[in-house]
Amino acid sequence: MSDITITERQAGDVTIMDLSGKVTIGEGSVALRNAIRRVLGEGKTKILLNLGGVGYIDSSGIGELVSSFTAVNKEGGTLKLLNLTQKIQDLLAITKLLTVFDTYDDEASALASYN
Amino acid sequence: MLELSLPSRIESVEEAAQSVGDFLAANGHGPEVAFAVDLAVRESVANAVKHGNKFDETKQVLVSLAGDEAGIELKVRDQGEGFDIGSVPDPTDPANLLKANGRGLLFMNNFMDEVRFEIHPDGGTVVVMVKRK
Repeated sequence: MSDITITERQAGDVTIMDLSGKVTIGEGSVALRNAIRRVLGEGKTKILLNLGGVGYIDSSGIGELVSSFTAVNKEGGTLKLLNLTQKIQDLLAITKLLTVFDTYDDEASALASYN
Repeated sequence: MLELSLPSRIESVEEAAQSVGDFLAANGHGPEVAFAVDLAVRESVANAVKHGNKFDETKQVLVSLAGDEAGIELKVRDQGEGFDIGSVPDPTDPANLLKANGRGLLFMNNFMDEVRFEIHPDGGTVVVMVKRK
């Protein structure tokens, strides 16, 4: 059984993906990759990843966030991050990826940023 | 002291992290030390499986963890060919920011107080990491 749960909801043309559990090497990273591919395959290119329920992420998970970001960009879309925990924020700061991702603390602001 | 001998597959990362977490909890280490050592063992075992042993299941990943009043010493050994630490690209270089891989060593260096690489006399690379209390 996977350590990650990904649920999807729609807010206008933005697809919000609520992640909970661990995004780590193996199943967690693969589950995220597959979910992003599936959503892109449905023609949805405005994606908001809600990481509020992610208790743990490793370098493979961070790499998967980067791969997701580039995959969505390649389709002409935008991937943004919502509700980073302090630990994830620290890891993105160490890797200088806070300069790459648009991040938000509240959903309404994140959704407004797509307009 | 904790000693593990694990097959070269991705599932060994979780197995090592679970065993190390149990050891740290049983020995009363706080959340800051536990987080750092957990991250370090996951990243170093993943590196040993992928880059050291190249998923060759005839090779083992050997983990040892020792703790005293000064802190924790974690050693992770692979049975591979060894590598040049200087050849690992800086993942924070703007040219590498969008690469999917290559951040494990950066995390180990950030969260542990000491990280060094040694060549084992019987072959393979040993990563020695220290977290002080």
